[in-house]
Amino acid sequence: MIRRLLLWTDDRFGTATFLHHALRKAFPDHWSFMLGEINVYAFIVLVATGVFLAMWFTPGTADVVYTGPYAPLYGRTVSEAYNTVLHLSFAVNGGLLIRQIHHWAANIFVAGIVVHACRIFFTGAFRNPRELNWIFGTLLLFAGIFEGFSGYSLPDDLLSGLGLRIAMSILQAVPFVGEDLAYFVQGGVWPSAVLLQRLFITHVFIMPALIAGGITVHLMILWRQKHTQFPGPRRTEENVVGSPLFPIYAFRSFALQFAVISVCCLLGAFVQINPVWLWGPYDPSKAISPAQPDWFAGWLDGALRIFPPFSLHIFGHYLPAILWPGLVLPLAIMGLLAVYPFAEAFLRRDRAQHHLLDRPRDVPLRLAFGCAFLTFMALLLFAGSGDLQVRYVHLPLYDVVLGYQIAVFFLPLLAFVIAYALASGLKRSGGVHEAERVRLTRNADGGYDEEPV
Amino acid sequence: MRDERLRAIAAALALSMAGSIAFAAAFWMHASTQILGASIGAACIGLAIACLGWARWILPYEQVVDLRDTVPSPEQDRLDQIDAAVRGSAETTRRAWLTRMLVAALGTLGAAALFPIGALGPPPGDAPMHSRWRRGSRLKRSDGTIVRPEDLNVGSVVTVYPEDAVGDYNSMAVLVRLPDGVGKGTLDGMIAFSKACTHAGCPVALYRASDCKLVCPCHQSAFDVTDGARVVDGPADRPLPQLPIAIAQDGYVRADGDFNAPVGPGFWQLS
Repeated sequence: MIRRLLLWTDDRFGTATFLHHALRKAFPDHWSFMLGEINVYAFIVLVATGVFLAMWFTPGTADVVYTGPYAPLYGRTVSEAYNTVLHLSFAVNGGLLIRQIHHWAANIFVAGIVVHACRIFFTGAFRNPRELNWIFGTLLLFAGIFEGFSGYSLPDDLLSGLGLRIAMSILQAVPFVGEDLAYFVQGGVWPSAVLLQRLFITHVFIMPALIAGGITVHLMILWRQKHTQFPGPRRTEENVVGSPLFPIYAFRSFALQFAVISVCCLLGAFVQINPVWLWGPYDPSKAISPAQPDWFAGWLDGALRIFPPFSLHIFGHYLPAILWPGLVLPLAIMGLLAVYPFAEAFLRRDRAQHHLLDRPRDVPLRLAFGCAFLTFMALLLFAGSGDLQVRYVHLPLYDVVLGYQIAVFFLPLLAFVIAYALASGLKRSGGVHEAERVRLTRNADGGYDEEPV
Repeated sequence: MRDERLRAIAAALALSMAGSIAFAAAFWMHASTQILGASIGAACIGLAIACLGWARWILPYEQVVDLRDTVPSPEQDRLDQIDAAVRGSAETTRRAWLTRMLVAALGTLGAAALFPIGALGPPPGDAPMHSRWRRGSRLKRSDGTIVRPEDLNVGSVVTVYPEDAVGDYNSMAVLVRLPDGVGKGTLDGMIAFSKACTHAGCPVALYRASDCKLVCPCHQSAFDVTDGARVVDGPADRPLPQLPIAIAQDGYVRADGDFNAPVGPGFWQLS
């Protein structure tokens, strides 16, 4: 059967040469090489559950009276969008589960990208010839964040409405055209009657298409350039050593796939996420407190909270303070990530191609920079929930804010110094990587012969 | 192959099937979110364990070595592609003026294709500079009732709109009753400000009566109501615009004109 199918296909498409190599393609055994696959599988979960949600959701802002089974909101005037989310959550069989799986999978998708990017970064896998794929990864990360934001903004609840209002305020702050941009995106004044509809098409069509395309290109480049690998016996810059794709690697990957789906399902079943019925419908004059975005947008919110009120008047025009943390900072971070491979190659005067990976300690400066960057981002994220933290630490809120304002400068520096010192120390202490490798052979006398490899 | 490993894989597959069947049954019976998720989750865990067992115990461990010969291409191909591209470009652009026209035509089409973006929304005009408050507008709550001065106790706040524009974002205002003798520019202890935070546009929905501060729940900008709602803490960069109010002869509180500045978060045209 397999034989006839393969021959039939090869007669028509000449696939034998490709498939022969593809089925035996080497996938390195190290577990960290599978981190990126988490995102592919989370994306599949997102598409599958998202299609189901889209069968029910209406991105409408017209007023309707809620008459569903959730008693506290019975009789309230809500938007169509909010109404369909309540209906989906309380009246559709399995609807709440699928909604929660979708939301959890989105969190896992972005988290997976972050973890995968850390692996790529700290092992130097982004170096020549893989700079472009690093850039695609960076774009996918930000696309994932935006897609996540556009998703949790759809239900038209009080929390998501606040988030959208903030996003529009950032857009409005753009020099020259900000006010026009906001009007063209909203289709007029705030609160907008068509923004949800535009966000909906962005969330279910434009961004998924871009992300699917991005993942495809990312994987095609990976396939073409082949995997990197850690140094080890028989491993050189000219080869890849690993398990064949079929069957052994495929089964490891299947295992990961089912594990990811299962984690999404169990989180969706047991850990409540975004209970929009508790937030209530959006009303521009109302707010919930404390208001927390999803974690992947939390660092942006944190930056908005701790950035000082630094606005500029230039030539009779206004640059609002929100412009710097809201727009300049994320663009700068994206740019910094995108150019990092080129910057490192320039600074280290190293333009050679690398297929063998570094251990994190091997390049102390890179490790130190990465740790400083992660510390900075983590501080922004924590700064985004300062109003929650003061409930536990009993400090005045604005002292906590001041603390974060100081910490975002000094803690990354401290992380830099500590990471640099640790890496340098470890590097000096040596290890398998640096030691001269020898092959030991038992000889006829019962002793050992050494020869370098 | 040890038997207990095979049995473990078989058990995992059995668990998976049981989970799937349980999910189908639970769905049929409209079971709770937890039961639905646990059963389908168990079905996937079973398969994950089985696949992992398969990879570790059933499939033979082997290592293959791929040679990294895909890049770069052979030297002759590299030169030939450059030749082909250069020759093709030269042939294409031999008539320089026609080439320029081709580029111009493409550019013009591109520019024309941008015009539909203009249909996405009306341009703002000077709408962001104004609200719907007029001299004489009465102050209406969102429930439709009109505010009278005696309605407000000291320390209380109420969200108000112009009577003909309830729900209008640019016009939403917060009317505060301060203690006697506190605050500048009050009218019988009452003072009104825009409710749209000047930082990111959230409603300034928290009022702390103890020190007369309006606080925004989104990013914690704090505005001193006794001092023209100037920013005392947090990231906002300008005070909340004030709504001038007066008490008319009929005893209602009325606006005495529009806000003293454009409301909400800042933008380029704001000077």
